[in-house]
Amino acid sequence: MAAEKRKSSASADLKEQARKAKAHYKPASVQAAGGGPGGRGRARGPKPKIDHPWKLLGRVLKYVMARYKFQFLFVLAAIAVSVFANLQGTLFMRTLIDSYIVPMISQANPDFGPLARAIGRVALFYAIGIAASFAQSLTMVYVTQGSMRDLRKDLFDHMESLPISYFDQHSHGDIMSVYTNDVDTMRQLVSQTITQIFQAVITVVSTLAAMIILSLPLTLLTLAMVALTMFTTTKCAGISQKHFIQQQNSLGAVNGFIEEMMNGQKVVKVFCHEEENQQIFDELNQELYESADKAISYSNILGPLNGQIGNLSYVLCAIAGGALALRGIGGFTLGSLASFLTLNKSFGMPVSQISNQLTAIVMAMAGAQRIFNLLDAEPEQDEGYVMLVNAERSADGQLRETDHHTGSWAWKHYHQATDTTDYKPLEGAIVMDDVDFGYVPDRMVLHNITLYAKPGQKIAFVGSTGAGKTTITNLINRFYDIQDGKIRYDGINVNKIRKGDLRRSLGMVLQDTHLFTGTVMENIRYGKLDATDEEVIAAAKLANADLFIRQLPDGYQTVLTGDGGNLSQGQRQLLSIARAAIADPPALILDEATSSIDTRTERIVSEGMDRLMAGRTTFVIAHRLSTVRNADCIMVLEQGRIIERGTHEQLIEAKGRYYQLYTGNAITA
Amino acid sequence: MKGKYKLILSQVKEFKLQAIMTPVFMIGEVAMEMVIPLLMASIIDDGVNKGDMNHIIMTGLWMVVCALIGLACGLGGGFFGARASTGLARNLRHAQFEHIQEFSFANIDHFGVSGLVTRLTTDVTNIQNAFQMVLRIGFRAPTTLIVAMAMAFFINAKLASIYLVAVLALGIFLFMVMKKASRYFREVFTRYDALNESVQENVSAIRVVKSFVREEYEKSRFEKAVLQVYELFVRAERTVITNGPVMMGAVYACILLLSWFGAKMIVAGGLTTGELMSLLAYCMNILVSLMMVSMIFVMLTMSEASMERIALVLDEQITLKNPENPDYDIPDGAVKFDHVTFSYSEKAEKPVLDDVSFEVKAGETIGIIGGTGSSKSSLVNLIPRLYDVLDGAVYVGGKDVRSYDIEALRSAVAVVLQKNVLFSGTILENLRWGNPEATDEECMEACRLACADEFIERLPDRYETYIEQGGTNVSGGQRQRLCIARALMKHPKILILDDSTSAVDTATDAKIQSTFREYIPDTTRFIIAQRISSVQNADRILVMEDGRINGFGTHEELLASNEIYRDVYESQIEGSGDFDKGGDQ
Repeated sequence: MAAEKRKSSASADLKEQARKAKAHYKPASVQAAGGGPGGRGRARGPKPKIDHPWKLLGRVLKYVMARYKFQFLFVLAAIAVSVFANLQGTLFMRTLIDSYIVPMISQANPDFGPLARAIGRVALFYAIGIAASFAQSLTMVYVTQGSMRDLRKDLFDHMESLPISYFDQHSHGDIMSVYTNDVDTMRQLVSQTITQIFQAVITVVSTLAAMIILSLPLTLLTLAMVALTMFTTTKCAGISQKHFIQQQNSLGAVNGFIEEMMNGQKVVKVFCHEEENQQIFDELNQELYESADKAISYSNILGPLNGQIGNLSYVLCAIAGGALALRGIGGFTLGSLASFLTLNKSFGMPVSQISNQLTAIVMAMAGAQRIFNLLDAEPEQDEGYVMLVNAERSADGQLRETDHHTGSWAWKHYHQATDTTDYKPLEGAIVMDDVDFGYVPDRMVLHNITLYAKPGQKIAFVGSTGAGKTTITNLINRFYDIQDGKIRYDGINVNKIRKGDLRRSLGMVLQDTHLFTGTVMENIRYGKLDATDEEVIAAAKLANADLFIRQLPDGYQTVLTGDGGNLSQGQRQLLSIARAAIADPPALILDEATSSIDTRTERIVSEGMDRLMAGRTTFVIAHRLSTVRNADCIMVLEQGRIIERGTHEQLIEAKGRYYQLYTGNAITA
Repeated sequence: MKGKYKLILSQVKEFKLQAIMTPVFMIGEVAMEMVIPLLMASIIDDGVNKGDMNHIIMTGLWMVVCALIGLACGLGGGFFGARASTGLARNLRHAQFEHIQEFSFANIDHFGVSGLVTRLTTDVTNIQNAFQMVLRIGFRAPTTLIVAMAMAFFINAKLASIYLVAVLALGIFLFMVMKKASRYFREVFTRYDALNESVQENVSAIRVVKSFVREEYEKSRFEKAVLQVYELFVRAERTVITNGPVMMGAVYACILLLSWFGAKMIVAGGLTTGELMSLLAYCMNILVSLMMVSMIFVMLTMSEASMERIALVLDEQITLKNPENPDYDIPDGAVKFDHVTFSYSEKAEKPVLDDVSFEVKAGETIGIIGGTGSSKSSLVNLIPRLYDVLDGAVYVGGKDVRSYDIEALRSAVAVVLQKNVLFSGTILENLRWGNPEATDEECMEACRLACADEFIERLPDRYETYIEQGGTNVSGGQRQRLCIARALMKHPKILILDDSTSAVDTATDAKIQSTFREYIPDTTRFIIAQRISSVQNADRILVMEDGRINGFGTHEELLASNEIYRDVYESQIEGSGDFDKGGDQ
């Protein structure tokens, strides 16, 4: 009994759960169905309303025209030619029947010579039409693909110039979808939509003209039927649209549920939650089925409906035309009827094509908007002019610029006022003076940061997640610009140093090691593009990476795929250390290995790190004790402020926050 | 995989009627459409030419009737086609989801999460579209082709043979173009994917690119790749665009040949004007439907891959099955491994666990330590029978885990997985995964044990706080504590924490351990950890190395006798700090 009751209450509970589940899958529903797996299910939100779709279309056209003006005009001309070639063929029906067949039937000895010549003429025009249409398609291939090639390149080039903050503010999935979905929409717009609209318009206009010439009353009849078609289309499309939106919502809900549950399937198993899940899923699934059924049904009936209205129009014209031809009203002949009926059949299609394509344009504009948003994003500004150069001391002790690697560098500082250039040796002294920073202007995340790093010193940052450690290091290499205060590098304000040179002087090893598709060799060489194989191997040895690399199936030539997914976290970290090592930068920023590396691997990693740090000014975000203890100065950060600083011994002595973190003991004050 | 069509089609189930009626309706629609030009001929020959207005109107009315029947058929086909295809999609999703619910961990590993998601979403949509296309156009186009051709032959066999020649020639041409183009396109798409992958890499590694000042280098690399894709695309499309003009040429040639021979025949008396016009009207029907047929083949080959993927899921053998007479009673939390050998794949050369034996009494706390890849997780996953052993046996409560009802076993053995997830919903809803009938108080009690209450109390909506999908709106440490609380909701006899406190700071971690000792002393606990401090107070500690037990004893014993343990300990003595996690609150 009890079990029974439990079961029924459980099933009522399930219903409730399913209802709730559905409710909260709904909002995320606008998620693009093509978002694909791994997209982390980030809802892309409702499509933004485009304010000026036609203005935007103008911009797209301008983009294409700027490169392919001549080709585009040629394409338009070719379309016109092929449409007219087709039309003259249709009109030839009339001539064929009225001028040749009918008169010849009554002739005793008909002469087929003139007919042969007429057909020859039509054939010639047809041939021209085919040639024009071929030339048009061929040109469009080059125009379309060329534009897409340029667009991709422009997008990528611009993207590379964008500041880091852009990548913070935009999800990677969204950026990616510009390259895939939006560029694809553009391709369709350029290759099909525009030419098809032009073709349809020319066809409609010329067909209409031809029909009017053949018979005005029949033309009016045809137009009336077209109006009917348009009416039913709008009606049907309206209903279908409503159901499609519902279908998209249900689809989003189902996909959201699937993505979440597949990700958590192992947890589902552990908690034996299979039946409940199945029940929720089935309800969502049923809802999707119902809305999809309606949406597709209504869009399915549009075709036959219009098709049969077209047939009706054809029939009515046949009857009326038959009557006209019979009585010979307004010079309407049998031949005219033949031509008119063919025209009637080919009139409906371009009309509905135009309305379809106009909708396509409006939809494509959402993609165009996103593309131009990326292209219009403000690139990283670089007003710096101090350059980093290879240097050597000449015999007289003067610092001199040289074009080969000497192992020492100098800042080349050009003074405009005096038109002189002086060289200052790069030493690696970095000073932050009362720096304030916020990712958004009115919300500061760092306050009054002041610190001094003498050349060769090791500065460690410790503190909880979100205390601002990574942020500080990102200011030194100017991934972000500070709101207040000064950062000086060897006495030079970092704002005056060219960004590229500043970053070249600061090696970085990030916690999230990012490797690229390519061989191990190529990945290490990323730090110094002209490095020889020997240099690469030397760097790998320095980083303690050589040993494991040699154990890989193809050694240094092993191809890494998908961000080095075939390596362990520790191995990836070692490669990124080697990559920094080969660049041989005078100063370093290290974000240490994470807790997911086991202790033994971590020891190998930290050995590599230690060798890399020797003799360089280093900022290290420390996660592990061993790195911190021998730091020259440890900064303890909390909520964007340095709350303690000093050597390990001093801080332990002080029994403050550091002591607390270090010993794992909460201090009861 | 010959059976994939059969397997997919078997899911049509209750929509069989719709699936069969759709083509019937489509054929009806085609038949009506084909009759109309024939009636047209009659209007011209018997009506206009003979001056019979009555005949024109009568035939016209027949044509209207045909159009209306055609309309009815078209609507029927539209509705039934929609229902059959969306119904198939629903059933496919249901069948897959249901089967996946039965999947063992090994089955899930086999497909991977993203593989399963794709199969349930994109692949199903592909098949839905393809199925509808086949039911509607797939029957419509060939029927049009055949009926129109038959009509043409019926009117005049000699002239109709022009179409026969055209269809054959065009058919061969289309086949060759499609074959060539699909080869090109396959190549293009591989390159295109690679191109997008490199964008993806640049987006996610933008900090690396910028810190090495490699923008120009990346640009030039990308440009090269873009050029390659461009050239391939141009080559592929140049092949495809020949379709249009050749098709046009075929149509025009047919029209002209018909005009010439038709005119001659009419003059000679073997054909009427009306018949010639009907023949011309069939021209478009025949050649356009030929084009459609070729498109359907392309579409089918494209959806074939989806079919194959789904068939694999439906066909997957479940590797874990409930025993025939399952035991529902788990007496206590004692655990015994008896010469256990385990491997994720039977083909693997080296087993993941190699002849592992040990025994744990109910209520003991066992720490497990070892390097990455030393099979710690694999070891504990065998206890709730998430995988089956290859050799040997695992005993819980003195009985082989394979003798228990799986659900009963897993309710008694709570695992907090290393890669754990929370689901979208409130905190309470998440906790009730462990026990659907738990009261709010029971939920809060579990949170207290897992030391999660302190941060939950500080959230604005406390226990009603909504957790985003994947638990992204709580920190790593908070997520871990919620997962532990959720596991505690089961009141398990055995609790397994697989590196479940790695993001929790040392002090809280210690507090959780001591709470466990105090409040759930009878629960056997397995704790996998990287930090010595998390395990050193355990009753005994297992040291894993390379799939074998390297040492098993108390902290002191291991310190004295086990080299690996001593090694790890020494590297961690004094603070065990993950500084960045320390302040996680």
